[in-house]
This record gives sequence, structure tokens and C-alpha cells, in this order.
Amino acid sequence: MDFLNALVAITNYVIIPATAYGAQLALGALGVTLVYSILRFSNFAHGDTMAFGTGVVILITWGFQAMGISFGPLPTALLALPFGIVITSALMLGTDKVVYQYYRKVKAAPVVMVMVSVGVMFIMNALTRFLIGVDQINFADGARFVINARQWREMTGMSEPLTLRSTQVITVVTAILVVWALFWFLGRTRTGKSMRAFSDNEDLALLSGIDPNRVVAVTWIITGALATIAGTLYGLDKSFKAFTYFQLLLPIFASAIVGGIGNPVGAIAGGFVISFSEVGLTYAWKKVVTYLIPNWEPDGLVQLLSTDYKYAVSFTILILVLIFKPTGLFKGKIV
Amino acid sequence: MKKILLASAAIAFGATGAYADDVKMGVLLGFTGPLESLAPGMAKGAEMAIKEVSESGKLLGGDTVTPIEADSTCVDAAAATAAGETLVTSDKVSGIVGAMCSGATTAVLQNVAMANGMVMISPSATSPALTTLPDDGLFFRTAPSDARQGDVMADEILEKGIKSVAVTYTNNDYGKGLADSFEKAYEAKGGKVTISAAHEDGKGDYSAEVGSLASAGGDALVIAGYVDQGGSGILRGALDTGAFSKFVFPDGMVSQTLQDNFGSEINGSFGQLPDSAGQGMQTYLGMAKAAGYDGSSAYSGGSYDAAALIMLAMEAANSTDPKVYKDKIMDIANGPGEKIYPGELAKGLELIKEGKPIDYEGATAIKLIGNGEAAGTFREIEIKDGKIETVKYR
Repeated sequence: MDFLNALVAITNYVIIPATAYGAQLALGALGVTLVYSILRFSNFAHGDTMAFGTGVVILITWGFQAMGISFGPLPTALLALPFGIVITSALMLGTDKVVYQYYRKVKAAPVVMVMVSVGVMFIMNALTRFLIGVDQINFADGARFVINARQWREMTGMSEPLTLRSTQVITVVTAILVVWALFWFLGRTRTGKSMRAFSDNEDLALLSGIDPNRVVAVTWIITGALATIAGTLYGLDKSFKAFTYFQLLLPIFASAIVGGIGNPVGAIAGGFVISFSEVGLTYAWKKVVTYLIPNWEPDGLVQLLSTDYKYAVSFTILILVLIFKPTGLFKGKIV
Repeated sequence: MKKILLASAAIAFGATGAYADDVKMGVLLGFTGPLESLAPGMAKGAEMAIKEVSESGKLLGGDTVTPIEADSTCVDAAAATAAGETLVTSDKVSGIVGAMCSGATTAVLQNVAMANGMVMISPSATSPALTTLPDDGLFFRTAPSDARQGDVMADEILEKGIKSVAVTYTNNDYGKGLADSFEKAYEAKGGKVTISAAHEDGKGDYSAEVGSLASAGGDALVIAGYVDQGGSGILRGALDTGAFSKFVFPDGMVSQTLQDNFGSEINGSFGQLPDSAGQGMQTYLGMAKAAGYDGSSAYSGGSYDAAALIMLAMEAANSTDPKVYKDKIMDIANGPGEKIYPGELAKGLELIKEGKPIDYEGATAIKLIGNGEAAGTFREIEIKDGKIETVKYR
């Protein structure tokens, strides 16, 4: 029984939250990795693209709620998501036209492109705040729980609670669907294949008649879609606040680099490595230890790092990987 | 030539000094910044007391009093110091009601008030650090220290038979001060604090924080945070994961927002906030209503009391010099003597003139203890059927 209790505690406080968070990071990292491998620069504006996309989704959700449209037990935001994706992708294409296109034409060095994206980041930062403000917003509606603590206790008679929120399930399911669709698109369709060719060898791809403008446009559309989905899932699961999304940039980049930047499989693996490290290293293991080792209660909390250091965990992993294995877990490419 | 100028200047100053019948009083509050919504109600409270005394014509044989507003902000110590400096050196005030937040108050006290011998009475600075800060007897507050709240909260929890709690606090002077004072009081009375962990405001996700709190365990969770900030995030996380089912809410958490967002989910949880009941407060609320503002806004009554205390002390000392009347403030506030409530300031001034002692009760039933801070009454609340209900005052 004690062993089961320990298992439930780990699941409740580490495995479930880390899995949902990992899926959100993975979707974010996929967007970063895609831009990196095809457009060849680190897109610092990605966090704020997520914030913008989520802001649009929230506005549309409010519109739906005002009109009385709901999605049954599922959050209304999922209905608003496609509209959010269209608007965000349009913004991406517009930004490319106004900003990035010029720097591609003059064949700017990657580091220049990175600085350009920092500029774009500040503009989008402001745009999001004009659009939706700086406050924290909760926009999840529908059923909150799949299993809540009381139901669990009544069902199993165990003292340790286990809860599973519907947003956590939605996050993981949506992430799986999106990743499947993306890999199918990149591996099976003509456009997807031309994108991979462009990423592998730009000159050769151009020689074989691939239209670079089309590849760039499709990349931005997919990036916009990924950012909006990742942002909306994060906001549903936690809450929306423009500044939090800006802060997400660090764990997202850490995920992409740990997995091997430019490699989609790596981005997903990296997302989970980062999320499990963040949650696992800052979790106080006292309860679990007490369950597992009978007749011994540790004095301290058996916590490696205080929760204040959550971001330090991603940063440390990022540095370690860059020093010892710059190509990441799944051989990415370094320009 | 220079001498003549100096002499005439001296005469001019001497003249204004001798025949002055207009006393200036600084109202130094955070009109801009994170607590700007509270400042107007406080300023109106102070100014109502000033007007009452001015119109009575009984202060020091007919002096009038003019309030001078200045912005202490809440978080910018430099701006607060500059505003305080202007009040003292250029507006030549004889006393200051303020400042508002604990940090700004400390800055003005150390840089301006102590340097110039100016009396400050803050209606709203609650940091325990101000209790022990050297102040040359110039600083008072009509708000209770958070140390007192820690003590009250410890009693409340123990009376409910809860022997161990986890504590989380917002990572600033208010949260840390309150958490520390609570921990000290609670453990001295026999309770056990399993963990006292800070949380940062404005984060999206508090599952890691809730995880460590849950692991440490305890029969209840004390959330010394802000309801519009991380406090709600922690509460939501703790409810969602089933980590705690009973919560204790200090003043930063008790508000309409708490009731609206959590309602019946937190039935049986409880808390407290500085608030006073009784005759003084009722009278004050009526006066505020007549004057066209909401007197129940936080610390508004305390501001009235702060201004009233300064003016009554001036009468008692027969001087508007802060260095002289500062010694009278404790006597006026603590009695013994006839009790003076809001709206009776003229009566208070008369009694003092006749040489009779008074005990200024004011809107908030003022009782100054220790270094000159309010003992403080707290309203204990409990959440019943999704509603915040008053249990009692203590």
C-alpha cells in the first residue's frame, strides 16, 4: 500500500504535470527548430508569437462565449483555435514580407537575422499587450477534471490524492495529433519533401526547381500554427499572461538545443527532458521517501533545488549540452 | 547691503513666524503606483479631519489647517524621499500623514523626517521592520504591524485544533515579514510549521511550488500572498491536486475576488484582516457617506485618525513644532480621559484647552503600543457556503 501511495504521489506531482508541460514545450520547440532548419536563424520572437496567437484565440473565445457557442465539456478555446491560427499565420507572413525578406535578399549572416528577430520580438511584445493587456487571464471553460481528488479517494480508498485535469489530457492528445500531422506532412507530401530538401541543401534544392518563396511561406504558416497551438494549450492548462510567454523562451530554446536544434524528433525529446528535469529536480521528495522507506522520516524536504530555481535548471542543462554535446541528443545541426 | 538683505529676510521670517495662523499638514500618500486605488479614500479621510478642526476654529486659539498632498508612490524610495523633502523644506509643513507603503515610509522617515525632526503618522505601513527601526520618537502608525497579525493568526489556527501547517508567502517585505512573524508566534504556542516557502508573483504555473508544499504536509496551508497575484495560483494548484483542503487567508487574500473565483471550493477555510467594528467606525462611515466618499475603503479611517492625532497633540503641547508635540501623541491616543470619536474633534480640543485629559478613540479604536503603533483589531472570517462571513473581532 505504501509503495502504491508513493507511486500515486509521484504521478500526481511529477509525472502528470511534467508530461503536460513537456508536451507544451515540445510544440514550442518544434516551431523554433523548424525556423532554424529552414530559414537558418534562431527565432527569438517565438515566445511572443505564442503570446500573440493565444491573445487572438482568447478574444475569439470571448466572442463565442458572448454568442452562447460552447464546445460541451471541452474548452471553447479549441473551437477558436483554427481562427487564431489563420490570423497568427497571416501576421507571420506579413512580418516576413516587411522584415525578414529584405535580410534574406542581402544574404545577411545568421547572427544578424537573430538580432532582427529580437527586434520583431519587441514589436510583437507590444502588439500583444495592446491587443489583450498585461493581466493574467484564465480562459479555460468546460469540465475541469477527468478525475478529481475526492473521486479518486472514494474510488480507491487510498490516502494519496490523484487528479487529472481535462486540460492536461487535451494538451497531450492535441500534441500527439499535431506531431503526427507535422511528420506526415514533412515525410509524405510534396511540399513537405521540398521543405526538407531546402533545409538539407539550399543550392541543390534551388537547382532542382523548388520555389524558395513557397517553402518560406509554408514554413511561416506552420510556425504560426505551432506557436498558436502551443500557446493556447499552455494558457488553457495554466493561465495566460503576456510576460510568462516571454519567459517561456528559455525552456523552449533549451528543449530545441538539448534535442538537437533543427531536428524535429529532438525537439520533442528535448521538451520532455527539460520538463521532467525542471519538475523532478525541484520536487520535494520527502513524502515519497517516507512511503518507500518504512520507519524513517527525513528531517528535511529531500528537495535538490528550491522551486525558485526552476529556470536555472533549463539554463544549466542548456550550458552543459552546449559544452559537451553541441549537436544535442539527436544530432542536430549547428550553423 | 548684504547685511541689510539678511536682516530684512530675518524680519520677514520672524514676522510670518509670529503671526502665522495657518498650519500646513502634509498628506504624503501613494497616489501613483501599485496601491493607487487606495490612496484617494485615505487622502479624503485625512482631509476630512483637517477640515473639521479648521472649521471649528479651536486649534491653538483659531489656527486654520491646510492639507498639502504629495505623492510618495509605493515602490520608488527616491521619489518618496524627494516628495517628503519638498513638503518639509519648501511647503514648511508641521506634520505628515504618511507615507503609504512600508518601503517608502522607511525611506522618508530616515532621510527626511529624522533629519528635520518632523512627525510622521502612517495610516498603512504594516511591515514589522518599522517596529524596531530607530525613529527619535517621530514615527507612529495607526495601522497594526504584521507581527500582530501573525500572532492573531496563530491563535486562530490553534483554537481550531490545527497543530501543523505549511506556509507559503509572496516573495516581498510584506509576505516575508508576515510569514516570519506567524512562524515565530505559532511555534512558540506549540504549533509546527512544516515548510515556509516563498512564491514569486506573476507566474503562469505553480505546480512545482504546490508539489513541495504538499510533500512537506500539514493540516492546513497558510497563503500569505495576494489574491490578484500568485496567491490565487497557489490556491488553485493546491485545490486541483488535492494537496490541501483547508486554507488560512491573511489580509492580502481576503476579498471579493476570493469569493467569486473559489466560492464553495474553499468552504471551511478561514482568515483575518485588520478591520474595526464599533461606534467610532460607524460614525466615521456615516460622515464619509455624507461627504460623498466610501469610508470603508482600506485604511481610510486610519488616515482620519492619523491627522486628528497630530492636531490634538499640537493643542495638548500648545505648539505646532513637531519636536515639541511628538511627546503628546501617545497620551492623546491612549488616555485615560474622555473618549473622543470622529466628528468630536472640536470637543476634544476644548477639553484639552480646559486641561482635562482625553482618550482619542477615533474611527479605528486607536490604541498605540510599543514604539507607537496600533495594537490593531482584526476581523476573523470564515468561508461558509461559498461566502465570506465574519466570525468575530479580535
